[in-house]
Amino acid sequence: MQVYLNNEALQTEAATILQLTEQLALPAMGVALAVDGKLVPKTTWADTPLHEGARITVIKAVCGG
Amino acid sequence: MQNLIIAGREFHSRLFMGTGKFRCNQEMQQAIEASGTEMVTLAMKRVEMGDANDDMLAHIPHQSLQLLPNTSGVRDAEEAIFAAQLAREAFGTNWLKLEIHPDPRYLLPDSVETLKATEALAKMGFVVLPYCQADPTLCKRLEEAGAAAVMPLGAPIGTNRGLRTRDFLSIIIEQATVPIVVDAGIGAPSHAAEAMEMGASACLVNTAIAVAGNPAAMAAAFKKAVECGREAYEAGLPAQIHSLEAQASSPLTSFLND
Repeated sequence: MQVYLNNEALQTEAATILQLTEQLALPAMGVALAVDGKLVPKTTWADTPLHEGARITVIKAVCGG
Repeated sequence: MQNLIIAGREFHSRLFMGTGKFRCNQEMQQAIEASGTEMVTLAMKRVEMGDANDDMLAHIPHQSLQLLPNTSGVRDAEEAIFAAQLAREAFGTNWLKLEIHPDPRYLLPDSVETLKATEALAKMGFVVLPYCQADPTLCKRLEEAGAAAVMPLGAPIGTNRGLRTRDFLSIIIEQATVPIVVDAGIGAPSHAAEAMEMGASACLVNTAIAVAGNPAAMAAAFKKAVECGREAYEAGLPAQIHSLEAQASSPLTSFLND
């Protein structure tokens, strides 16, 4: 299916958020994810199915003032 | 030096440090240690495909420090509220440096959106520390809206120009019932000392430490300056005399003549 990761189209076979994040090789700490503008807590990634056209926002910690 | 309390958390250090612009994570870590800081700011960015993973968090002792994620990059209150929720998840803290500066040239905060977001986020249980204009009326409004501390600017971010807003900062400090943290523009330890002598509760410093020739040594210098300024404030500084005429500190009775 096609989803949008931070506004970029992405083809994925992932069925859940957790599977998608495994493909993205995200850092272990300092990450947060939202689907269609709603935060999806990390504890629920495994149980959250992906849907066609989902708009996914993934952010990570960086240095800043 | 008295401890500082924000939202029930006690800080022994009144120097808060930003983590941006360091040449490498090792230098950042050394500067954090040398500064004695107990609160550091961090930012967030969108993950891009093929991004190299940075281990910056491994260089921040986040067990002992209070992390203060910022909302840099948001343009209005709605985006700030979304960013705050992401930050709480990513950093495991409800503390937030709220910054809404839609204009990339001067990075000056949008007062209307900042006030709106402060009110909403405080109601949502966030410990909100808004970065804001040095506007005494606005700072009171932010306090009333639930800000845990208010962080007016000394000068535009990263300019190192010092306390250009000095007189307004004095009014803000005089009126405040929450801690006032001078943020942005502090470019030298003397600027930080001045802010503390004026009665600021803390200073937030980033660029001046991060881009120094020796960031750890500069962090140590800022640590001393902040303590020095605060101790002078607590000791009670003498009033300034407006006249240029000297006020003798020794008896003027002449004992060599007569």
